[in-house]
Amino acid sequence: MVNALNVEPRTTAMPTLVMTGRENDTVVAADASGSFTLSEVSVAYGRDLVIEGVDMYIAPRSVTALIGPSGCGKSTLLRCLNRMNDELGNVKVGGKIMLDGQDIMGKDSDPVELRMRVGQVFQRPNPFPMSIYDNVAYGPRTQGIRKRSELDDLVEDSLRRSALYEEVKKNLKKHAFELSGGQQQRLCIARALATMPEVLLMDEPASALDPISTQQIEDTIAELKASVTIVIVTHNMQQAARISDQTAFMLRESMDEPAHLIEMSETKKIFTNPDDKRTESYITGRFG
Amino acid sequence: MATRRATEVVVRALVFTCGWLAIVILAAIAIFLLTNGLRSIDEVGLGTMLTGTSWYPTSDNAQFGFLPLILGSVFVTGVALFVSVPVGIGAAVYLSEFAGRGFKEVAKSVVEFMAAVPSVVYGLIGVAVLIPWVRTTFQLDSGMTALTGGIVLGVMSIPTVLSISEDALHAVPESLRQGSMALGNTRWQTTYKVVVPAASSGIFAAVMLGLGRAIGETMAVLMLTGNAAVMPTSVFESVRTMTGTIAAEMGEVVRKGLHYSALFSVGLVLFAMTFVINLAADLVLERQRKRWRR
Repeated sequence: MVNALNVEPRTTAMPTLVMTGRENDTVVAADASGSFTLSEVSVAYGRDLVIEGVDMYIAPRSVTALIGPSGCGKSTLLRCLNRMNDELGNVKVGGKIMLDGQDIMGKDSDPVELRMRVGQVFQRPNPFPMSIYDNVAYGPRTQGIRKRSELDDLVEDSLRRSALYEEVKKNLKKHAFELSGGQQQRLCIARALATMPEVLLMDEPASALDPISTQQIEDTIAELKASVTIVIVTHNMQQAARISDQTAFMLRESMDEPAHLIEMSETKKIFTNPDDKRTESYITGRFG
Repeated sequence: MATRRATEVVVRALVFTCGWLAIVILAAIAIFLLTNGLRSIDEVGLGTMLTGTSWYPTSDNAQFGFLPLILGSVFVTGVALFVSVPVGIGAAVYLSEFAGRGFKEVAKSVVEFMAAVPSVVYGLIGVAVLIPWVRTTFQLDSGMTALTGGIVLGVMSIPTVLSISEDALHAVPESLRQGSMALGNTRWQTTYKVVVPAASSGIFAAVMLGLGRAIGETMAVLMLTGNAAVMPTSVFESVRTMTGTIAAEMGEVVRKGLHYSALFSVGLVLFAMTFVINLAADLVLERQRKRWRR
């Protein structure tokens, strides 16, 4: 039983962090897992079924891209993985979602604990109106970490992992709103990493950013997949092709029927030799 | 084409005039108060009035010390804030962050109705209910105290504090709540750690505007505070506020006399106080608006 509020797993996890001697020190949590198994997952908004019958395996420490036209339920499916749909009120999720073999929708599963293991980065940077330091320390403080030295280490590690540390190390007390959009997004990544999640969900994390910032985010993702499982929703197919190991293509063929998972396999295969005609038309730009 | 341009010019001039009219009226009020108060400022002196501790405007050796009146207003307003701030902000947090949509709509209309009730009605309820309650509960000789007036005034300024705080909380982007909850915080933790701090300047403005509302209120305090113009030492004593003094005495003074002029000076002090309070609130609100305009 993994309990995110319990300090025990953290203290055992800390010594396994390996610092590689590269320019941006990368922290690798060697024992973290973070695999998702979805079976027959369906989502309904009120009486309106929007996603149906999704079976999916998300391998640990890999990047999985969810692609598909607007309104195909990519973001909705993503939010199932940390149960953020619960907060929307009239959303019902059916089927089974297992995180490392544990049913996350079961009666004894707590969404609050789940969200510390499954972090999320949003479409638009949403730093809290406080300092850089306080933004990153926000999650750990919720977990009950009060010791200054421990927080300092976590903040620095997290900022390094999101490749922001070098740019902000001189002034961690600076207000987060003074950062550029791209920096704010990397701050949000650091904030999500600070609770030591096994999985990081990203909902079009670069769509509000300029090309250079997008590049930096993509580089960060490439570094991060050594230590966390990443599930990313993207509208940008080049991006999916560049950064992901697996790609899942979702499609809602008409507004009268729910979205389905059309095809999921290795990214290379999806983009060069997809099994399904619809996948092929989508990736070659015939619709969507 | 020409007529359209003419319409443009006329409409612009009209809007321009309306915009400036408010400023002109405000300035005119200030000048009016000042010119009418000039005699008392001249004969008694502004410093003497502001620091004077006795208000005996009709005795042979007339004294025009504003301090009992200013303190009266401060005491009553202080009590009012004790009531309106916790209740108003608490209710705003509940309505903005936790209440269901249906209840929220009903509650907001009720609050709007609360603001529409004439102050004399609040005064009547205070006379009938609160004055006896204060007298027996605190075992006083009279239930007409700063506390009594302050409680009613507090209830009266709840709508101001509530609706402006609610606006400020509502203006906090949903993405911040999502961000906080995605980090494993409950709704309540999110509320007090992110939403309320993010709305703090707006909530501060709400308190200031509630304060402005309370300090300027006349009728209810006139009916409830007993109106003894002496230096108060506690909220369990009768006080006379600045507004109450003007309302009660203006009918009995000699026009253009010294007493008349002194009342205008009281009005000037009141005007300056509310002006500063509202200005502070506006500046803070404007800063908050800029903050979320991204």
